[in-house]
Amino acid sequence: MLQKRPRFILKDTVNEAKIFKNRIIIAWFCMLIGIAVIVTRLYILQIINHSNYTKLSENNYIKVLPLPPTRGLIYDRRGVLLAGNRIAYSLQVVPEKVNNIKHMLSQLNKVIPLSEDDVARFMKLLKQKRSFEAIPLRFNLNEDEVARFSVQRHRFPGLDISSELTRYYPLGATGVHVVGYVGRINEQELKEIDPVNYHGSNYIGKIGIEKFYEPELHGQAGFQHVESNVQGRILRILERKPAVSGQNLYLNVDMALQAYIEELVKNEHASVVAIEPETGAVLAMVSTPGYDPNLFVQGISSKDYASLRDSQARPLFNRAIRGQYPPGSTVKAFVGLAGLEYGVRAEHSSTWCRGWYRLKGQEHKYRDWKKSGHGSMNLYHAIEQSCDVYFYDIAHDLGIDRLHEFMTRFKFGQKTGIDLSGELTGLMPSREWKLRTRKREWYAGDTVITGIGQGFSLATPLQLAVATATLANRGQYKEPRLAFALDNPDTGEMKTVVTTPQPPIVLKQQHFWDIAISGMEAVVHNGRGTAKHIGRRSRYRFAGKTGTAQVVSIKQEESYNANKLSKKNHDHALFIAFAPLSNPQIAVAVIIENGGSGGRTAAPIAKKVMDAYLLPKTPLTKYQTPPAYENELEQ
Amino acid sequence: MKTNWNNSHYIFLDSPLLSGLLLLSGVGLIVLYSAGGQDWDLIIRQVVRIAIGFTLMIVLAQIRIQHLKQWIPWVYLVGVLLLFAVLAIGEISKGSQRWLDLGVVRFQPSELMKLTVPLMVIWYLADKPLPPNYTRLSIALMLIVLPVLLIAKQPDLGTAILIAASGIFVLFLAGLQWQLIIKVVALTPVALWVLWQFMHDYQKTRVLTLFDPEKNASTSGYHIIQSKIAIGSGGLYGKGWLNGTQSHLEFLPERSTDFIFAVLSEEFGLLGVLLLLSIYMFILTRGTYIALQAQGTFSRLLAGSIILTFFVYIMVNMGMVSGILPVVGVPLPLISYGGTSIVTLMASFGLLMAVHIHRPLLSN
Repeated sequence: MLQKRPRFILKDTVNEAKIFKNRIIIAWFCMLIGIAVIVTRLYILQIINHSNYTKLSENNYIKVLPLPPTRGLIYDRRGVLLAGNRIAYSLQVVPEKVNNIKHMLSQLNKVIPLSEDDVARFMKLLKQKRSFEAIPLRFNLNEDEVARFSVQRHRFPGLDISSELTRYYPLGATGVHVVGYVGRINEQELKEIDPVNYHGSNYIGKIGIEKFYEPELHGQAGFQHVESNVQGRILRILERKPAVSGQNLYLNVDMALQAYIEELVKNEHASVVAIEPETGAVLAMVSTPGYDPNLFVQGISSKDYASLRDSQARPLFNRAIRGQYPPGSTVKAFVGLAGLEYGVRAEHSSTWCRGWYRLKGQEHKYRDWKKSGHGSMNLYHAIEQSCDVYFYDIAHDLGIDRLHEFMTRFKFGQKTGIDLSGELTGLMPSREWKLRTRKREWYAGDTVITGIGQGFSLATPLQLAVATATLANRGQYKEPRLAFALDNPDTGEMKTVVTTPQPPIVLKQQHFWDIAISGMEAVVHNGRGTAKHIGRRSRYRFAGKTGTAQVVSIKQEESYNANKLSKKNHDHALFIAFAPLSNPQIAVAVIIENGGSGGRTAAPIAKKVMDAYLLPKTPLTKYQTPPAYENELEQ
Repeated sequence: MKTNWNNSHYIFLDSPLLSGLLLLSGVGLIVLYSAGGQDWDLIIRQVVRIAIGFTLMIVLAQIRIQHLKQWIPWVYLVGVLLLFAVLAIGEISKGSQRWLDLGVVRFQPSELMKLTVPLMVIWYLADKPLPPNYTRLSIALMLIVLPVLLIAKQPDLGTAILIAASGIFVLFLAGLQWQLIIKVVALTPVALWVLWQFMHDYQKTRVLTLFDPEKNASTSGYHIIQSKIAIGSGGLYGKGWLNGTQSHLEFLPERSTDFIFAVLSEEFGLLGVLLLLSIYMFILTRGTYIALQAQGTFSRLLAGSIILTFFVYIMVNMGMVSGILPVVGVPLPLISYGGTSIVTLMASFGLLMAVHIHRPLLSN
């Protein structure tokens, strides 16, 4: 059927052959052109764009893996571990390997409990990250949870346990306002850090020493260039630069003293700062209440955070450097020095105190705390008995400009330069300041109350301690320092943290210091001293000054009655002191919020702190952690 | 020109063509050894296929074309029926129906049609006056379009286009009038639009990917991007045999089959590519020469269409691997790993040799 029947068809074979030859030669040239097109294309790819494709090829198979450095440890001055590293387990999910996320979550919840926060954070990350990237679902799994999951792992494709070194604070809340904490790097911080150095790091110092010494503690990230295949399996290491570990940090702080003080004021909203005058070393810096920094390391739950944030006690608030209180009568010794320095008062010239002070031509009475008045007062007695009228008068005679200038030398209204960020300046008011912020000119009455540390005056507990230390040093100012030394774990090299030397405060007569200090000595050792009860049986001589700062102003004809006021309107109790008198080793500032009288509430605490630090038979031994504790955690 | 073999009574072969093909197979095995991850089993399997292919070629070279002629319509008929069978009961593999399971071997009827379709058109046209008139042209087109549509429906667009091309080459070599060719070229955009309407989504994506591979970087564009990286990073001298990172670290997909040209380009550079293209050009030129020397319309058209089809394979594969043509599954002749394409190719070279060897020495 398909066999063709022969037919007579006229075929011009010669012409057909000619056409064919034509066509086949054309076809050959087309092939030549085709090959030329390929060669051109390959020339473009292999010669012109060669370097570009070489780079892409290397990007394909050479990966840079960060080698995160080990964060430096933090110790106190006796070598007690305050911040260590330990292995923490977290549960990671690769979304593209999970069939049904909801189902997986509900199944997993039966094996490992998941909080609402965990799920919410996971769902948020799920939207942001690409489906092949691992997303953390649960942090801080305990051994038990790790074991339980491992047994059930086959039921959960795409889920895996990963381990990393995380920060751990063995002492918990003790010293939290000094040490601070680290936390996961947030978006804001991401913009500020060096992305190369932090490539493999998950944590960054958020507050406290952890934040201030972040560069030293963090160290330098290393890297390795690895060759990997398309699945990301590492085939070999091409180049390796090891990480430089963070440096270990030794603090000046004595954690036993710190813990002891925290115990003393644990029921108060209080702050105590103790400084070694000779060096500026901060021995203790207490702000109560505190909180457990371990909560923040893996990301605090929103409920825990809300309860800390909204607490009336403000546990997150570091009162020592950010609490600004009217310094009250604690400034009197300094104001007295100003009077001597500027010659508005001589050592023995006296002022009559009748219980109130009135500016010429004004009706307003500036009252003394003692209604009946102190009678004839020289500087020594005015400090001893904390006579307000004497200092109203001095302040008025000095005028605000000279008073401001002199107090500023003691860092009132200035940052002390401590090695913590977030320190506030307090306030030493001036004409210029009032005009700028209050749009009012300075009144003479403003100067009067500045003389007793009231009015606009504000100081932080740290400032008071620093000013007291400077007084104890007779003018030699030492920048307060929490950190003592950095220890390089790779080389074993110790490097002391140096402070910038500050010019001393030089008075016209060195003798002026003795006058002020002897007044403060009388405060605790003389029969009419405002804190005579704490010096009575002291085994060493020391100097102190009480302060009671008004929280609410009392009207002209009213008197302060603690019973009538709610606790939050009670006066703040303040006390500053240094000891021993002859060779000061410790300067202390105590502020008890709404604690009432400085002499009654704050002074005994300051005395106990000094006793604990100076006397051989000390309660501190109880608070010293045994060295075995630290070895266990350090790993 | 006659070869030494020509008058020998043992075996008839065209030695230049044979040398070219052997050289090509040798290069192919060297590249495949690297692309296949130095797997000797793979090499052995490929060597066996090449051996079968060469044997088939030698066998076909001995046959007189005139004897072959009468079988062509039958083979064509069986081929078309098998294509229907594939659509009805074929095995589904990678989303398309291409295979017939014959119990012993799995068989791809479209592969058979690669050779049969041009042969059928030649068979139909050869003893009629050329260039064909409109009636004969229409019938010839029908002979092409029917199997092409069946294959496109599987769907295997690459093979369909190649078969259509090989059929159309016959028409071109048969002396299709230039006016007609120009008209067809002018109508191409319309035809492409119609084709586009009938294309599957994945086929459309492939075409679109060609113009913007980065847009679909993780899915369909991945092949092209990785292939271009492999080729580009090879440079002039290449990374050296067995040193291609793109292929050995598995970034390059289909590296021993359709994308083997990228492996060669990466490891041997532009110089290696030029060597390969020289071998191809040698074979193409020798084929063209054979076509020029061929006697009789049937032989001429056969030789011409075989050599043009071979060229289209090379162009489509290299064009796709280097990112100037869409990704269609076309292997690189004699280099890519894979059985059926080698056998079909060697069979066509066998016919080409037969054309040359058994040509009447004196023109009639």
